[in-house]
Amino acid sequence: MRFLLPLLAFLALAVVLGLGMGRDPRALPSALVNQPAPAIGLPLLHAPQQRLDTAQLRGQVWLLNVWASWCEPCRAELPALKVLATRDAVPLYGLNYKDRDAAARKLLAQVGNPYVASAVDTDGRVGMDFGVHGVPETFVIDAAGHVRLRHTGPVTAEVWRDKLMPAIRNVR
Amino acid sequence: MKALLFAFMLCATLARADVPAELEAREAGLAAQLRCVVCQNQTVSESNAPLAADMRREIRAQLQAGRSDADVVAFFEQRYGAFVHYTPPLRPSTWLLWAGPFVGAAAGLAALIAVLRRRGRQPVAAPLSAVDKARAERLLNEEALR
Repeated sequence: MRFLLPLLAFLALAVVLGLGMGRDPRALPSALVNQPAPAIGLPLLHAPQQRLDTAQLRGQVWLLNVWASWCEPCRAELPALKVLATRDAVPLYGLNYKDRDAAARKLLAQVGNPYVASAVDTDGRVGMDFGVHGVPETFVIDAAGHVRLRHTGPVTAEVWRDKLMPAIRNVR
Repeated sequence: MKALLFAFMLCATLARADVPAELEAREAGLAAQLRCVVCQNQTVSESNAPLAADMRREIRAQLQAGRSDADVVAFFEQRYGAFVHYTPPLRPSTWLLWAGPFVGAAAGLAALIAVLRRRGRQPVAAPLSAVDKARAERLLNEEALR
């Protein structure tokens, strides 16, 4: 009995600290989840005279992928995004974050363009509205224009199957 | 007339120089209380990350546009969450965070006092009676003689 209390206290502490070990300290919840997605209104990479108007995307569930040609994981996820978004018929839009247009176009020409269209965010100001802190990031946006999920890091087939598609199916 | 004009111009120059200094101080103050979300353990003013530079630029632009310090903090909190406060704000969700160490210290102190009190109440061993003392001495002497 005398040792029971310290033992219980130790076990409780061990469980709390043990659970903490499994958490990613860099993972931040997005402040935007269940909030209206910020307007983009930026020129398109392949048609600079046109602008990406998110209001026109109302009524469908779509993905916004924040990417840059200087970001290696982005380069790596592009082929997977193309295959997966085409297969599951999810409209995928890009936000080209703090990049140079020529480099961005060149990368898409090399590895294939998975986007319906990609908006050019040269100074990262729209990225700031989305709370982007590292590319790549992917947002699921529902038919009402609300952000439903934010995924940080590259999209792989597993992430698509276990995280993005369930979220998309939920709001479709 | 010339002197008046000169004085006027001097005042105007001083006033113009005064505004950026005041803005700069406010910008530095805000940058020191916001967290760089990329490097996490640095404030926006300490960090060299490109995002921190963007945040400093945004702070400056908003201050120049006449927004208040609270507006600027709210702007970043809306985008990056409550985590952008380098010092956590006192809210129901952070009560445990703020009170935890004090509650823990108070609990430890209470336990210590309880233990010391209990120990204080335990009777001190009664002194030996004359018979017992004589017997103990006899036994000790026996031991010494052996």
